[in-house]
Formats: sequence, structure tokens, C-alpha cells
Amino acid sequence: MVARITVTTTIPDARANGYLKTLKAIFPTISLEGVSVTDAYTIEAKVSKRDCEIVAKQLTNPLVEKYSTDSVLAPESYSYAIEIGYLPGVTDNVGNTARQTGEDCLGRKFKEGEAVYSSRFIFLNGDLTLQDAKAVERELHNPLIERATVFSGAQTEFPIVVPKVKLARAGARADEVDLNVGDISLEKLGKEGIQDAGGKRRGPLSLSLRAMKVIREHFAKLGRNPTDVELESLAQTWSEHCKHTIFADPLDEVKEGIYRRYIKGATEKIRQRAGKGQKDICVSVFTDNSGAIAFDDKYLVTHKVETHNSPSALDPFGGSVTAIVGVNRDTLGFGLGAKPIANVYGFCVAPPAGGPNDSTMLFRDKARKQELLPARRILEGVVRGINAGGNQSGIPTALGFVAVDPSYRGKPLIYGGTVGLIPRRLNGKRLYEKKAKAGDHIVMIGGRVGADGIHGATFSSESLSGGSPATAVQIGDPITQKKLSDAIVREARDLGLYSSITDDGAGGLSGSVGEMAKESGGCVVDLDKVPLKYQGLALWQIWLSESQERMTLAVPKKNWTALKKIFERHDVEATRIGEFTNSGRCVVRFGNKKVMDIEMSFLHDGRPIEIQKSKKVMHTHKEPTASERGKDLREALLQILARPNIGSISFISEQYDHEVQGTSVTKPLQGKGRVNADSAVLQPLPDSTRGIVLAHGYCPWYSQIDTYAMTAASIDTAIRNAVCAGASRDYLAILDNFCWSSSNTPERLYELKEAARACFDIATAYGTPFISGKDSMFNDFRGFTESGKDIHIAAQPTLLISALGVISDVTKAMTIDFKQAGDSIYLIGETNDELGASEYLNMLGLRKPHGLTKSVYGEVPRVDAKENAKAYDALSRAISGKEHPYKLENVRMSGCVASAISVGRGGLAAAIAKSVVAGQFGANINLKNVPGNAKRDDSILFSESQGRILVSVRQEAKSAFEKIYQGLTLIEIGKVGGESVSIELPKARVEASVAELTTAYRSFFRNW
Amino acid sequence: MKKPHIIIFSGYGLNTEDETKYAFELAGATADIVHINDIIARPAILKQAQIIVFPGGFSYGDDTGSGKAYGNRLKHHLGEKIEKFLSRDTLLAGICNGFQIITNAGILPGALIANDPPACGDARAGSARYICRWVDLEVKGNSPWLAGIKTISIPIAHGEGKYYAPKETLAKLASENVIALRYVEGETAGHFSLPANPNGSLLNIAGITGYNGRVLGLMPHPERAVRFTQLPHWTYLRESYSRQGKALPTGAPGLQIFKNAVNYFI
Repeated sequence: MVARITVTTTIPDARANGYLKTLKAIFPTISLEGVSVTDAYTIEAKVSKRDCEIVAKQLTNPLVEKYSTDSVLAPESYSYAIEIGYLPGVTDNVGNTARQTGEDCLGRKFKEGEAVYSSRFIFLNGDLTLQDAKAVERELHNPLIERATVFSGAQTEFPIVVPKVKLARAGARADEVDLNVGDISLEKLGKEGIQDAGGKRRGPLSLSLRAMKVIREHFAKLGRNPTDVELESLAQTWSEHCKHTIFADPLDEVKEGIYRRYIKGATEKIRQRAGKGQKDICVSVFTDNSGAIAFDDKYLVTHKVETHNSPSALDPFGGSVTAIVGVNRDTLGFGLGAKPIANVYGFCVAPPAGGPNDSTMLFRDKARKQELLPARRILEGVVRGINAGGNQSGIPTALGFVAVDPSYRGKPLIYGGTVGLIPRRLNGKRLYEKKAKAGDHIVMIGGRVGADGIHGATFSSESLSGGSPATAVQIGDPITQKKLSDAIVREARDLGLYSSITDDGAGGLSGSVGEMAKESGGCVVDLDKVPLKYQGLALWQIWLSESQERMTLAVPKKNWTALKKIFERHDVEATRIGEFTNSGRCVVRFGNKKVMDIEMSFLHDGRPIEIQKSKKVMHTHKEPTASERGKDLREALLQILARPNIGSISFISEQYDHEVQGTSVTKPLQGKGRVNADSAVLQPLPDSTRGIVLAHGYCPWYSQIDTYAMTAASIDTAIRNAVCAGASRDYLAILDNFCWSSSNTPERLYELKEAARACFDIATAYGTPFISGKDSMFNDFRGFTESGKDIHIAAQPTLLISALGVISDVTKAMTIDFKQAGDSIYLIGETNDELGASEYLNMLGLRKPHGLTKSVYGEVPRVDAKENAKAYDALSRAISGKEHPYKLENVRMSGCVASAISVGRGGLAAAIAKSVVAGQFGANINLKNVPGNAKRDDSILFSESQGRILVSVRQEAKSAFEKIYQGLTLIEIGKVGGESVSIELPKARVEASVAELTTAYRSFFRNW
Repeated sequence: MKKPHIIIFSGYGLNTEDETKYAFELAGATADIVHINDIIARPAILKQAQIIVFPGGFSYGDDTGSGKAYGNRLKHHLGEKIEKFLSRDTLLAGICNGFQIITNAGILPGALIANDPPACGDARAGSARYICRWVDLEVKGNSPWLAGIKTISIPIAHGEGKYYAPKETLAKLASENVIALRYVEGETAGHFSLPANPNGSLLNIAGITGYNGRVLGLMPHPERAVRFTQLPHWTYLRESYSRQGKALPTGAPGLQIFKNAVNYFI
């Protein structure tokens, strides 16, 4: 039977008021007077009326809520009601909790096929038209994952909807795929996917004609066709997403591929130089799910950053929850399981304007039915997603950023990263190594398998277009994962119950089991044993599904009973689905029938190597003319602070728990004025003052001019941010995350090669090894404008560098805020005339769309790593005070720096303003004589020259500080104090009050 | 007398067990983190404990209402055992999600509902959103948990922390002097220019007590404020201390609450 319980509040409801406020802001012309909300739980199970009453009572807090089991609780009068619920098969966390509550109070488990589905009624009151209500409905739901119905106020009946999955397919079967077809058909098969009986394509395999021919040849030798399970499995294993083919395959003269030469090559060179002795901080690099460096004698610290771009474009909330809980599993899947101790995020989006839509409406299909979500909704959604994923997992969100550029309009770039901590050894066993052994059970733990996320791996190797599969969107369930995480990190790992573990991420079981089978040398999987969310899935779907919150373990047979018990106590499903072997084959069965039987060597190494060629691109550029430059520098200063690339994102920092686990040392918002920092310091162990420093660096705008310079600046910025927080270069590692676009064009490949070359040059110059990385190569959107014209939007080549450092004493950690009046302000490094692709020129509109021949403005900042390294090392010494202590009233003092901020986007103007706003102190500054070739007032203020740091120092420590900087580029530029900032420039003087700067800095996202 | 033993509940998305355990250990006690299912299976272990804590977290993801599902599970399976535990001279605390759980389970009165901060300065009004920041609290009443503390600054992190109870209940709480913690403008709110009441709690209530002060429910997290370098403005304070030639403190205000609990048994 089907029953429905509805619950609503009996007191003023902040959630409903939130809707009202948001909708009024988005639709200022709609006369909306009130909103109320009722939650609905639709139960499809054998429950009596009395059972229903019992469950309803449990779902209601009688102090503030009431329920009904007969009707939908509605306000006395309303104009329209909108019901929003999930589409069949979409993860419904609220529904799942309601089911568990029901099971608990009724004292019985729901049967297979029984479920609780959640939905929500939103009642709108006011003088609305049906059109208004429909506009609100469009704003409040995402048609890819949710269903919505509008009811008029006259309607009293709300029909019950049961979003049960009904699969038309016969289900559990594997089909033969005929490869003995012409090249055109074969190419189509590779591009668009296998054809179902009805003629519908299943979705891209993303296999080239060459790859398809290799597969055809392989199976011809075997004298048979592949099954769909085999072909789909090969497609995902060989995908760009999993094999990183563009980085791996030869590019021009780089025969070993740019990853091996430039990224891994840099790390190898640094490690060789350091020798295998004490100075080599790397412990596990590029081999596992995360990279790891030494934390101390007992622990390792791991880090991994991922992107989840295409799914976030379609469903920003689900996409970003999955981004963060997914990368958490890269921590749990490091070695035998590291504990996640910090999350980081980054959102690259188009300018998020107000109103229901951006000025440009774009569509994924020619018929203009599938509208691309406006940038505002994408940002709102991804912010909420990390909120849910991070907060619910109990992992502090230590650091993050928002970067805005029109080129992210087609596909946003959504970064999520997780830092982990793992003991080096336990009971004599190295926890950072793992090996599945022949004879071990293959055990799947966590959630069940549904149709979610099918083709995720091959999808992310393609542009976003009308054919993008909606099933590519998964929604994470952080609580299921938290339970799984507790069972692993708190118990099973330390009892040594399993020999290997990996995350079920891209490609699902086919990916995780396929990878782990490399350790033992083969596997046999029985798909009929895999627990499913619902019946009717085809076998290839079970094998490839990317349903979330799952991991795969290799469990020695003798440990199975003990392991099973632990997972049962934690209320986490654990199922044996097969066995690891050393047969050299990956075998998948259903019942007794083999549906896949492929040699491991062909599965992993059979992919044809693609020879890639690049073509040199030169961007000619000119300097802006005097008339194009800004006139009013005071205005420019206030305006640049109000830009989303520079201004406060406190609305995000405040809604992400950064205090959980009690490890936070320096916060996301620093100083009295709460300014966003570009670094964070954590103390992971309560008994040791050792700390972890996290920092980010990204300068994607410079890609318009030169990707080598963009890369160099990104690395320099990440290192500089870390050093400003107290890290030192000799204990610092970095991670690379490339987000490219149109990566199959020779021009973009040239830009990629240049970027990779810079990775090698700058990382080796600084001695900071890469320990992990990831790439996403097709951040392109191909769709249609409002008038139906074709449009292609390529995200500007973007590289996020994440720095991971260790410091011996967190009490030396540094923040960006000016601390006391009277302190001297110093500038480290040269200010050159490098305004190219700067925030200042972007603000003036002197930015041309990315094109191969169009001119862009200005010189882009260049990095002098050799000179910068000396200046950074000096700052590390000055902050730690180890070598150059100074005395104050005969007390030996350690650090002589009161504040340090890296000069980055927005140049000196932004850096000065941030330290001022953070400290809520004014400053008197003279920039007439700053070192470097910037001579014009605006160049001095806004140039983004790398290698610069703004530091404040108390008077008593000045001589010690200057001594450390002897022979390096350093100038005292002023003093902290007063209620306003005054900046002397060669020609002009700029003045603004602390209050004005604070208001400007907080203005962009003020109402978010 | 022997130092007390603490049982910290875990499972279903609770997540601050480790730091809570550490805070008690720092205060000199022993503590075990135990999954609620293990306690349901062997409720006798509660007999070995002098203090029970329901720590912070996100049990069941706050789905269907924060603390509701865990509170129901607690009430069904362990309601009597908890009553029995409290009939001895014991202590119990619910921190954040733990507070939401023990109100749902009926151990303390009232409800914690979606944040609804009033407009104040540049702060957004009526944003029913999760918030993580530090708050200042004024202490009243005579709970052993709070002995000797007048004001205290510790962090909050929650989406549903607005304390609500009907007028009669509020009046009763006030007359019984059990509104133990109220948000006030103190050191951190002043330093960062933030409104005192972060979530719109009625009567600025941050925590209440029951069972003669032996049961404490509070939204803020004292376990995240036991070290100097956890303070939100410690680098600012460091400058003042070091310029006066003073050594940096090591502790932070939250620790006293755990010390008080331990001292109750010594």
C-alpha cells in the first residue's frame, strides 16, 4: 500500500522565510506575500493506518510541528502550491532516514521494493499568476534530478506520486556486440555508444576508431565478439579520465609523454637531489589514491584534489557533494585507509549576476529545451553541496576560493580536495602499502548499486552537450559514507582485517576491482551477488555504476567473519562479490555464465598509443594606451575590492565548519575584519605542536597570454601563500590539477606542453615535489544560443596548485592582518610593469576573448624562482625566528614578523587593503620608490608581479628583520595606524578610510 | 576518590567523539567512544560510567530534523537505561547535535530549530543557514559542569541551533534558574564585530541544564576550545603577549567545563 505523512511547523519557520526572501530578491516584480513549507513522506510498504500514525509521531517534534496521515497540511489560503520531489532512482537521503526511523519504531526491516520517498510542498501566497508560479517552480527545482508539480490554490487534492524505478529492460543480461562492421559504424559505436534493441544509443564509449579497431582485432583472434560488459569495461578503463591519455601519450618530441617527463620527472629529480636521506619528504607519490609525505616519525600526511565539473554543470548540488565525498574516499583509499582531516574547495564560475537568469541564456540542445543553469544557480548549488558533504562528514573545510571568468559559463570547474593522516606502521605492518592477494574475497562495502553515474568516466572525457547523459549525475550521501569511514578508520584497519582497499569512483566496480586485480594478478566477480537499489539493471550497468559511498576491500578468507561483524555493528552493508586470483584474467560472471573474460594485460595495457602533435601559438599583445587606463585610482581601488575574484567570500567560509576535529590553527577568515586567507594551518594531533600548512595558487587568466607564465605564477603563488603562513620551502610539496579545454587541438596541446614544461622548471627550481595530480581535459560546452546559433565555450586553461607543508611548531603560524599601530610595513620583491591579464585590466574591460590571433593587453607576470626562493627562505627564518632571534627588554624573542600576506590578484592595492581590512587599522604608505620597472601609478598599484610579500614588523624587531633580508629586494613602505589608508604614488596620492575599504571588500556577495 | 569514566556515544554520523575524548583526558579522566548499537546490545556498560556525553555531529544528516532520528533511537532502545543512569549521582551532557538529540529524546525540554538570526549591522537577516563562528556566553545557575565560570568564549557550528520552547516552558526554565548559558556580546563578538546571538535563540539561550544541573545541553563546542592556538584571534593576542615579554598561554576556556565535570567526582 501507499501512505503519505505530511509534517509542517506550528511556529514561524525560518526555512520558509528563507524561501520568501530569496524568491523576492530573484523575482522583484512578483507580488509574493508569504511562503510556507510542508514536508511529505510517501511510504510504499505494507503498513497499517496505526503503523502510519506511529511513524508520523516519530517524524514530528510536537513542540514545533504537527502531522497528518490523511491529507497534505496546507495553509488556510494560498495562491499556488509546488510539490518538489526526486525523480525515480535519484538518491533520496531524507527518504532513507525516514525509512530507518520507520523501521526502528515499527521494529521490522522494510522488504525489498519497500521504501519511503521524501518530497516538499511549497505554498505561495500573494497576487501571483500561473506564469509567476511556474517561474518559481523552475527556480526551485532541477529537472534533471527532481520532479515538480504546480497546483492552484483552488485545488484541494494532491495526488500521491511514488517515484519508483521501473526499468523497461529485461534486466540481468549481457548482449553480444558485433564489431564486424564497417569503419563508419565502428567509429559511431565508439563515439555514441552501443545500440539497444530499440535503436537507442546507450551513451558515449569515447573510444577512437583506432582503439575500436584494436579491440576488434583482439576479439577476432579469440574468435568471438565482445559482450557489452567487456566493451563498456574497456571503454572506461582506457578512458582519458582513467588513463590520462593526453598526459601519458607521446607529444611531439616528448616520447615518454608530458606527465612522465615534466611532472613525475620533476619529483624524481628533486628526490634524487635530496638523496634518500632525511630531506626527502616524499613517501608515496603518484602510485596511490592520494600522495603522501612524512608528517613525523609516526605519521604520514596525504593530499588529493579532484574536480567534478561536468556533473556540477548539470546538478551543481549533487555534483559538488559528490566531488567532496568522492575525494574523501581517495583519503580512505590511501594505503590501508587514512583518516580525512581537512577539506579544500575551489569554484571557478561565470560572473554570478542576480535575477532569475544571466543575460545570456544558453541551451544544450538545438530545440532549446534544455537550458544551461545560470551561473548564479551553479554557484549557489555547489556552495550548498560542499556545505552538505563537508559539514555532515565531520571534516573541517580549511581553505577554498571562488574564481570568476566568463569562460567558465559553459562548464564550471569544481575542485574538491582532502587531506588525510595515517600512522606509518601498525603492529609492524606498513599502513601505507597494500596488496590484494590471490584468494582474498572481493568485498563491496557501503551503499547499493543503481543506475547512478553510468558513463561518468567516459562522459568527463567529452564536451558538455545535448547528448550528455543525465544519469551521469550522482548525489552523495555523506552519512552512509561517514558510517563506512568510522568502520574502516576506527576499527577494521587497525585490526588488519583486509589486505587492500580502493574507492569505487570512476567506472564503479569495473574501476576499483580492475585496479586491485593488478595487485593479485586477476579476479573473478559474481555480479548476481552485488546488492542493488532496485531490480532491472543490465549487467554492464551493475559493473560500471558509479553509485556513491562504496569502496572495495580485499579480505583474506579467515578474516571475513570478523570484518562482517564490524560492518554490521556500524550498520554498513558489506558483501562478498567474488575473489581475487592470479589467473592473469579479469572474469565477470552472472550465475554460472561468464559475461566478461579478458586478459588483465589487454584490459590495462592494450590501449593503442596516440601520437599527439602540437602547434605553436603566439599571442601578440600591446600595452594599453593612456586613454584606456583608469583615471581615478581611488575609485579603481574600491572597485577592485568589490570584484568577486578579490572580495570576501565569507558567506561560504562561515557556513563551512572549519572548527570540527578541533584542529584549526589559522582560520579561513582572519583578523578583526574577517578577510579570506589563501592558506590554512592545522594541528592534526592534540599532543604535538607540529602543524600542516595548506595553500592554493591559481592564475588562469594569464593563460590568455602565456600558459608557461600562468603555470609558473600558479606554483609561485601557492608556495608564497604557504610561506606567508609559516611554511618553509624545504618541507613543502605540491599537487597539480589541470583543467583544460579543446585538448584535442594542436594549439591547446602546445599550451599544455608549455604549462607542463613550466611545472618542471619551477618545481625543480623551488625543490617542491609534485606528489599527486589530476587532469580534466575537455571543459568545453557545445550548445546553442537563445536564437538557436551554435556556440562553443572553452574554459580558459586553468591550473590549480595546492601546497602541502609541515611545520614543527604551530605557535609560529602567521596571519595576514596588521596587528598593532606603529608597526613598519615592508614590501619584499620587485614590482614590474606586468598588468597583462590582470584583474585591473579585466576591470577596465581591456580583455579580449580568448583567441589565437586576437591581441591581448600587457606583459604577463614572470617568475624569477631563483631570486624568489632566497626571499621566501628569508621570510621562513624571520617568522620562525630560529636563526635570528632578537631581544626585547632582555627577553629573547623568536619571530619578528607580525603579519604577512602574499601579493597576488589585484596587486599591491588588494594586498594592502586586505591587511588593512583584516586588522582594522589604517596605514600610511609611500610607493614612490618601490623596486622594479613599474613606474606608472596604476602599474605600481595593480601589477600582479610574482614573488612579492607584504609584511608588518614591530619597531623593536626591525633591525633583526632587515638583517635577515640583507642583499635581497626589500623596502620599507610605511607604517600601520590611523583610520584611513594613504598611498603616495609617483604622481598621485590615493586615500580611503578603513570603513570604505571594508564595505567595498564585503560588497559583492553581501546578500548571498 | 577515583577519577570518573566517561562514555561518549557514537554512530550514525556523530563526529566530534575524538576531540571530546581528548578534552576529558586532558582534564584527567578516562573516556571510551562507544557505538550506540554496542550500547543497545550491552547496556550494562553504562553502569561503569560516571559521565555520558552525546557529542556533536550530524546524526542521520539532520534529515527529518536534527537529532530526531538518533533521539528516537535513543528513547526507544535506551530510554529507561538513561533514566536509571541519571538516578545515580552522575553527569550527562549533550553538545550541539548531542543537545538536539537529548531534547528530542525528552531528557531536556525545548527544541533546536533552524537558525534564524536577526538583522544586525552588515549581517544577513533571516538566513536559515549553517554557521561556524565563535560566541561569548554568560553563565547562570549552579550546574557542576559550569562551576566557577562567569563568561566563556567558545565556537559554534550548526544549522539548527535556535533554542525554542513555548512561553510557559521558558518562564519555568527562568524561574528554576536553569538557563545556564546565554549568548552575550563579549570578547570574540566584540573583536570581530559580530552580533551576540548567532541564531535567533529565544532569550539568547545557548544551553540549559536539568536534573539539578547534572545534565547540560548546549549548542557551542567547549571541546574545540582547549588550546590557546584554537582561539580565533590568537595570533593577534600573541603579538600583545610577546610585546609585553610574556609567555604565551597554552590552554583555552573550554577546558574548564571538562575539568569541572571530572572534579565533581574527586
